Amino acid sequence: MKRRHVEELFIKILMFFSFMFVAGSLGAILITVVVKGLPALSWQMISQVPKGGYYLGKEGGILNAIVGSLYLATGATILSFIFGLPIALYMETYARKSTRANLVRLALDVLWGIPSIVYGAFGFIIMLALGIKASLLGGIIVLALLELPIMTRAMDEVIRLTPFEIEAASYALGATRFETAVKVVVRQMLPGIITAIMLAFGRAIGDAASVLFVAGYTDRMPTSLFRPVASLPLAVFFQLGTPYPEVQQRAYASALILTVIVLIISLGSRWLSSRINRYVVK
Amino acid sequence: MQTELPVPISPAPSTRSLRPGRRIIDRIANNAFGLSAALPFLIAVAILVALGIRSWPILADNSILSLLTGEVWKPLKGQFGFLPFIAGTIWVTIVAMFLAVPPCLLCAIYLAEYAGSNMRAVIKPLLDLLAAIPSVVYGVWGMLVIVPLVQKYIAPFLSNSLGFLPLFTKTNPTGFSILAGSIVLAVMIAPFIIAITYEVLGTVPNGQREAALALGATRWQAIRSAVIPPTIPGISAGIVLGASRALGETMAVLMVVGNVPQVPKSIFDAAYPLPALLANNYGEMMSIPLYDAALMASALVLVLIVLFFNIISTVVLRRYVRRYRE
Repeated sequence: MKRRHVEELFIKILMFFSFMFVAGSLGAILITVVVKGLPALSWQMISQVPKGGYYLGKEGGILNAIVGSLYLATGATILSFIFGLPIALYMETYARKSTRANLVRLALDVLWGIPSIVYGAFGFIIMLALGIKASLLGGIIVLALLELPIMTRAMDEVIRLTPFEIEAASYALGATRFETAVKVVVRQMLPGIITAIMLAFGRAIGDAASVLFVAGYTDRMPTSLFRPVASLPLAVFFQLGTPYPEVQQRAYASALILTVIVLIISLGSRWLSSRINRYVVK
Repeated sequence: MQTELPVPISPAPSTRSLRPGRRIIDRIANNAFGLSAALPFLIAVAILVALGIRSWPILADNSILSLLTGEVWKPLKGQFGFLPFIAGTIWVTIVAMFLAVPPCLLCAIYLAEYAGSNMRAVIKPLLDLLAAIPSVVYGVWGMLVIVPLVQKYIAPFLSNSLGFLPLFTKTNPTGFSILAGSIVLAVMIAPFIIAITYEVLGTVPNGQREAALALGATRWQAIRSAVIPPTIPGISAGIVLGASRALGETMAVLMVVGNVPQVPKSIFDAAYPLPALLANNYGEMMSIPLYDAALMASALVLVLIVLFFNIISTVVLRRYVRRYRE
């Protein structure tokens, strides 16, 4: 065997091992969470709020955190969709291929890279300035800021694939740009919109660092926009921080619940967008 | 690269002949869409300005140099030195990159150059899925698996065999260390780096590979001599972007890195990265004078570091990755 064939074989083996290494460690995470979380998981965990002495290992569950997280992520996703869709449409149908659209893209990419803890600190400053306390509303706003670049850029990616001929046909029939954008482009990019929404939702529901500052934590169910709200990632974090093994067990179960929610969202968006994909002009 | 047909910049259709209702709606929508596009800039500027204003009290009191190089962190005595935290952030990130980059590059090369389309169809959704796992879950895994692993096996082994190097001196009996934080971070950013490198490699035209293969090169020789060289700037930018993600990662690192405000000397030392500092102390920062300003200044330092790497790498990547291209 010549030297270069040895080299080829060597690099192939290296690739195989690094592949196994990456895939293995990622698989290990899922296995760890399931193995540790499943024994502690019970119906009580997902159907009750923490009772007195819950953090000492007594009765209760984390329904407050599950519902809180869903509220937070849903609110934030709606809010950032309201602002994100016009930005995405603007970049493609209004400022197509212009420097301005590219600057907006750069700004979004830069925002995407800003750590979530910084969004949290920023939200905290704003709330201090306005005299608002840690609340569901604060959490929703900060998570919406976090989601905006993710969602908008993901939608932008799909709108860009819209064939211009479709828009041209719409203009030729006498539609205005607004009508074209809302009635033609949006319909065409529906699968992409759904993927973008789910992607952003998944990011928001798993983010702990930003809600730490602005949403607070409570053992009650969320009832008002102006009250603190519990969230799943923080439930994991706080329960893990207690010295009691029973409570730490519940942290693992909470982590499992969170992981399952995120995986369902991720797989669900794939399934949903592939279903809708049929109605799109290729 | 495929040549695109010249696509006309979408013309503003004349609205003169429209019914007033449609015309007004179109006019309003024009302005609203244009305004909404200013939002990303406003948010970016607002974040910098807000952090700047809130950290002003401490920046006015102390020289920036003494803050950045001060080693003592005693908020109660009014001593705020950021060096332990900045050093902690940099240590954890650099060690994580050392661990993550080689296997990630090999994986990406495998996916882009060797794997068949079936394999890719499986791997791509898997990477998306893994990128979606919340950082708290990575943290739980780190605490359960990585920290004991470092404590019981990696630290004794490395410090026994390589302990004469200060980098591997064992100083800390627990496994909560830079190494544990870095391993967790490395796994977290792996899907990200693989995805970007894969896309950058995909921009090399097939002719390039075929030419090398036609000259009798083996596959790896073709990759090494014809595929990788033109993509080096793109791959580097992807790595830098991954590093800037790692810099800001909070929860997962916070849970395994030990959080001791010291300037680390060895990978088995505990460290205290900037994001962890913020997350751990937000509760008490309003009760001690200048503490809140110091914490906000640390957020400002963090965001400036991240922005610096981010902007450079995004601009470079625009030449390579469709996602970043105009």
